[in-house]
Amino acid sequence: MPTALLGALPALPLHEAGKYVAAAYVVAFAVVLIYVAIMAVRLSHIQRELGELSRRERAAAGRQPDSTGESQLP
Amino acid sequence: MRRTVAALLRKELLIELRSWQSVPGMSLFALTTFVVFHFALNRSSVDGDLAAGILWVTLLFAAILGVNRLFVADAEEGGFDGFLLAPVDRGALLLAKALALLLYLVLLELVAVPAFALLLLGPTLAGTLPSLVGVLALGDLGVAVIGTLVAALAVRTRARDLLGPLLALPLFVPIVIAGARASSPLLAPRGGDPAARWLATLGLYDLLFGLIAYALFDFLLED
Amino acid sequence: MHSSSPSSPAVGSGLRALSIAAAAVMAVALGLVFFYAPLDADQGFLQKIFYLHVPLAIVALCGFVAGGLMAIMYLRTREARWDMRSYVAIHMSLIFAVATLITGSIWARGSWGRWWAWNEPTLVSFLIVFLLYATYQPLRFAIEDPERQARYASVFAITAAAFVPMNFIAVRLSTAYLHPRVLGSTSNLPPRMAFTFVISLLAVALLYATLCSCELAAKRARAQLRTLRRLADARAGAGADAGGQSRRTRSETPPMPAAGTLAAPAPRGGL
Repeated sequence: MPTALLGALPALPLHEAGKYVAAAYVVAFAVVLIYVAIMAVRLSHIQRELGELSRRERAAAGRQPDSTGESQLP
Repeated sequence: MRRTVAALLRKELLIELRSWQSVPGMSLFALTTFVVFHFALNRSSVDGDLAAGILWVTLLFAAILGVNRLFVADAEEGGFDGFLLAPVDRGALLLAKALALLLYLVLLELVAVPAFALLLLGPTLAGTLPSLVGVLALGDLGVAVIGTLVAALAVRTRARDLLGPLLALPLFVPIVIAGARASSPLLAPRGGDPAARWLATLGLYDLLFGLIAYALFDFLLED
Repeated sequence: MHSSSPSSPAVGSGLRALSIAAAAVMAVALGLVFFYAPLDADQGFLQKIFYLHVPLAIVALCGFVAGGLMAIMYLRTREARWDMRSYVAIHMSLIFAVATLITGSIWARGSWGRWWAWNEPTLVSFLIVFLLYATYQPLRFAIEDPERQARYASVFAITAAAFVPMNFIAVRLSTAYLHPRVLGSTSNLPPRMAFTFVISLLAVALLYATLCSCELAAKRARAQLRTLRRLADARAGAGADAGGQSRRTRSETPPMPAAGTLAAPAPRGGL
């Protein structure tokens, strides 16, 4: 199947123009990928902060003098 | 409006007359740059495209020195606050500053163009000087308007010395294109006439940026 | 103050639909480029870069201009969300512009054997526009006051958006009579090429929209988190004297000057 697909490519001149076309598409893909990676890092920062905040809130809720034990989240 | 602009312009020129902060520095910079170009290019005389390029690059970089100083006194000594307290149109400040900068540029060119003709230019300017003055005037108009807008944009930031030139240079590129192309035949061994489309481009660019600056300048002066 | 409206679930589902559409159209476009579009008569296989480079350039420029329009909206309404949208549009266009310049350079290398072609007005204008917009973020983050930051950034965005067409005209004038146009003439394309081009343009535009909404969603989430943290800090400070025990004050995050806007220079991850 992959070979059939490759065969359908119209006269693929990989020796000359092909490498430039491939380079261009790879570069565009890489730029988007780098951006997505940066977004992932940022998302993990947000997630970590959120986890920290919720842990703190839970601890604070447990320490409240008027709060009873059963209202704590697992 | 006219009286406000006149008053602001008078204040501006008075400060320049008392401190001589902009024009001498700009002129000296231009002279030094010609010397630097002489050694960097290893040429004792230039003409045509090369001459036009050297002249415009030198003038623009010298202009940027003036642009960087344009609002510094207002930002540091409270000139903005004083202006905002006055019940006048804020566009007046744009106009006064742009006129002041235009005047500085004219003074700069009164020094730089003769110096350029003496030091570097091969062909004589005798026949083509009026056309060159026209081209330079159109270019100065655009540089003054863009320079004023950029100076106001950059002056109250942390890195104004850096941001001013960085913002100004790309905006100056169309002026360089049109100005250098228009003055290149004027500086050629057998002087020609500047192509009309470059003059039209310069004029149109000046006009459009004048409108943009006038529409946006108020927003830079709200606090 | 900021637009942390309770519309987060709608944003989430819209984002999902958008990303699925972007991925699908992108796949179709790639298929069309390599299996449907005919080979160009004189450029041959190299012309396939056209379906990537030109849509990237068009979308980036449209994004710059859209950023200017959103900046106009900000100056009219003074709502921080317009400034944030303008920022995200320009930010994303800058990324697309980098991809445009690199793919254009590769094309020039394949076509003329040089990595840069000064006689190609579109590419040269694009570089100038890119250099101008590259100062947008330094300008932004050199202003501390969030309101002034938004206002100055808007003035810049509008000026630069107006500069885009003027610059293109000026650069085009400087070369038009010397060299024939080589890239990007879409008017006289064969129909199969034109169809492929339109689908590619749609794919890149959808990708742009998806990444913009991702960025906006992340910005909103961060702003909400910051507000939440401030609220929690305030409550912890109020309750600390009652408890009297060694409270774990997380003082490693200094209070932001104003949450919700893009006030603080991002210490990390800023592109």
